[in-house]
Amino acid sequence: MSLVQKPCKVETQLAASLRIAAIAIIFLLVFLAGCNRSAQNGGELRITIKSDPKTFNPLMAEDDSSDIVRYLTGGVLIRVNRKTQENEPELASSWTIDEDGRRITFHLRPGVKFSDGSDFSAEDVVATIKSAIDPNLHSPKGDPLRSGGKTTVRAADKDTAIIEFEHPVAGLERLFDEIAISPASMAGKADSSLVLGPFAVSQQRAGEFVLLKRNTHYWKEDSAGHQLPYLEAVRLYVLSNRDTELIRFRQGDIQLIDKMTPDLYEQLHSEDASAARDLGPSVESEELWFNQVAKSPLPEFKKAWFRSRNFRRAVSMAINRDDLARVAFRGHATPSVGMLSPANKFWFDRNLKPPAHDPAGALELLKRDGFRKDGEALKDKSGNPIAFSLITNAGNKARERMGSLIQQDLQQVGITVNFVPLDFPSIAERMTKTYDYDACMLGLTNVDLDPDAQMNVWLSSADLHQWNPAQKSPATPWEAEIDKHMHAQESTLDRSQRKADFDKVQEIADDQQPMLYLVDKNALVAVSPKVKNADPVVLIPQTYWNIEYLSLQQ
Amino acid sequence: MNRARWIAAGLLAVVFLLALGANVLAPAPYAKQFRNDTDHPPSRQYPLGTDDLGRDRLSRLLYGMRISLLLAPAAALISTLLAAIIGGAGAYAGGAWDRSTKIMTDLFLSLPWLFLLLTVRALLPLEIPAMTSVIVTFALLGILGWAASARVVSAAVRGLRDSEFVLQARASGCPPSRLLLRHVLPNVKPILLAQFWISVPLFILTEANLGMLGLGVTEPLPSWGNLLRELENYAALTHSPWLWAPLASLVLVVSLFQFIVAGEEYAS
Repeated sequence: MSLVQKPCKVETQLAASLRIAAIAIIFLLVFLAGCNRSAQNGGELRITIKSDPKTFNPLMAEDDSSDIVRYLTGGVLIRVNRKTQENEPELASSWTIDEDGRRITFHLRPGVKFSDGSDFSAEDVVATIKSAIDPNLHSPKGDPLRSGGKTTVRAADKDTAIIEFEHPVAGLERLFDEIAISPASMAGKADSSLVLGPFAVSQQRAGEFVLLKRNTHYWKEDSAGHQLPYLEAVRLYVLSNRDTELIRFRQGDIQLIDKMTPDLYEQLHSEDASAARDLGPSVESEELWFNQVAKSPLPEFKKAWFRSRNFRRAVSMAINRDDLARVAFRGHATPSVGMLSPANKFWFDRNLKPPAHDPAGALELLKRDGFRKDGEALKDKSGNPIAFSLITNAGNKARERMGSLIQQDLQQVGITVNFVPLDFPSIAERMTKTYDYDACMLGLTNVDLDPDAQMNVWLSSADLHQWNPAQKSPATPWEAEIDKHMHAQESTLDRSQRKADFDKVQEIADDQQPMLYLVDKNALVAVSPKVKNADPVVLIPQTYWNIEYLSLQQ
Repeated sequence: MNRARWIAAGLLAVVFLLALGANVLAPAPYAKQFRNDTDHPPSRQYPLGTDDLGRDRLSRLLYGMRISLLLAPAAALISTLLAAIIGGAGAYAGGAWDRSTKIMTDLFLSLPWLFLLLTVRALLPLEIPAMTSVIVTFALLGILGWAASARVVSAAVRGLRDSEFVLQARASGCPPSRLLLRHVLPNVKPILLAQFWISVPLFILTEANLGMLGLGVTEPLPSWGNLLRELENYAALTHSPWLWAPLASLVLVVSLFQFIVAGEEYAS
């Protein structure tokens, strides 16, 4: 017995120890799992918007704040990946475009549910697209779709939606990146509370914040099979003052800042270099153009200067773009190469070279048009001293610095620049109604990377053809040439052919310089070290484009 | 004059002399950009450092003071004269004239002058040189800024009009012009002078406000207004204690103090 009992006793003690160890291991695993979960889930990310969103209807979002809410709450059929700049399947697991480019068929992802648990189907797609193209709704998101002429939308079955256009639409897929699908019952009057995106609007206090809560039925999972998004909520503080935004970031009250100004970026960088990130050239550029409107009240000799290719090229050569980037933007800008920033990976024409700063070359070029130096001043062949006013919007520090730098650069070649910052409504009045200005300097943001989005600038008939808008027929042969290539790129589905046409447009613009592209602003952001998986990019939203994967360190 | 006023006047004279001597005292042209020396700390070459475009701050401060200190008194003179004419004449004439000048004064006081200035600035031809634009800006300040002074002058003239010595002069057949010039005007002169002194710092501040909005004196001309814009970068104030902006604001405050003290003392 004892011989038997003794080992039993030992065995019992061993078993007890093993049991305790097993329980301890289980507790440890549960604890670690909990730790992991707390790193993956939970937490409220806080960012800012500049004003109260004007609408929560994703089809009507036009202002920045409404568009941010749309991006964070809306489920879309196709998403433009802000990092790779390629189209990716979202609610549509795949799609096909017919050869003639007039029909797109979406094959929807099965099992997707709205945030209230109801099923998503092709009927919701049909209802949303119909609302988007409804001329009575005037949806800014539906405008590009309406360019395809008469459009019909139908559901082939529960998981298949078909859209047919009267005319082919180039770069069609990207248009669906902005159209958030709403339940069929709410299409056209959705309020972002019942959504297919990662978050849904939960609460709003006007002038204070908008609270977005996690969509517990969101369809997307991470590679480990965990449901996304990781965050419990996103709070969008309404805050227009950018200095205050930085103060609150430093206090830990907000965790991400997009599109920082160079001055604020420098402030943050001097205090916390790891939080401030310069991502390189963005798609925002600064440009200067001369007024070439025939009916403008400018004297004829000035109109002749501004229509001269050599004059425009000479001014361009006399401007030191390196100094603009280094001094006006504190080094956080890149001299522009042309009408597109290299940040636009596919469409940027890599054959173009940045214009060299060459005051002597500029004078040579001016001589060809009869300009001559008379003492320190430059005069045209009729003896008129070369002087022009340069307007810009008051209050933009970097732009005002650029104005002063350009003023001194052009003085080197004998050109007098009268730099006049004005309030923005006055500029708009002069640009669009009276045409009473010589030259203007402003910035442009290419939100959409596709050349189709540039039609409203580069077509001679376009209202935003700043140097000479809304022409009945092209005023110059080179503008006619640009029109031809812009229409050609629009009418083919062959991406390489479109690229060739758009490259040609970029080359003509580089040769004629109707717009003097000065610098591409760098994308400057602030990311708190508490934010995990942050991977900022140059396209907006720069810091939270991958919102589903962001989490907060507890 | 008491001692405080002498000291104030002396300091003011020094500031004026510094401003007037900008051509001689400034180490560099106010618009010259030393682009490789932007935001340079104070040194022998740049006694107050350089700004974000590499321009010498001391030179810009001296020239900026000159513009503000010469043009603000000119604007104050315009506004005081208008106040004397409109407020004084209306009150002296009495009746409907007095009522209509009161209404006009109230109307001018209720005008959103900042927006009005912005509008007028936007309507100006773009080709006008920077200096002309500055003169126009200060002239506008003077033309628009008479109403507050007019109210004070009007109250004083109304009191004088009904005073016994004026009634006596009128009863003894004194003609209106002589009554105005010999009896009324000498008695409102201290008030007009006080209004002048008070208006000078007001116009300097108004120009500074416009400058802060980027709409006052235009580049590359310096003025206190556009020089003070560097104060917007509050972080630079802590990182760069040598930054001249506090100094400029200090000079501004000291100058205003002198103006106001001098004016108040004179009025009392």
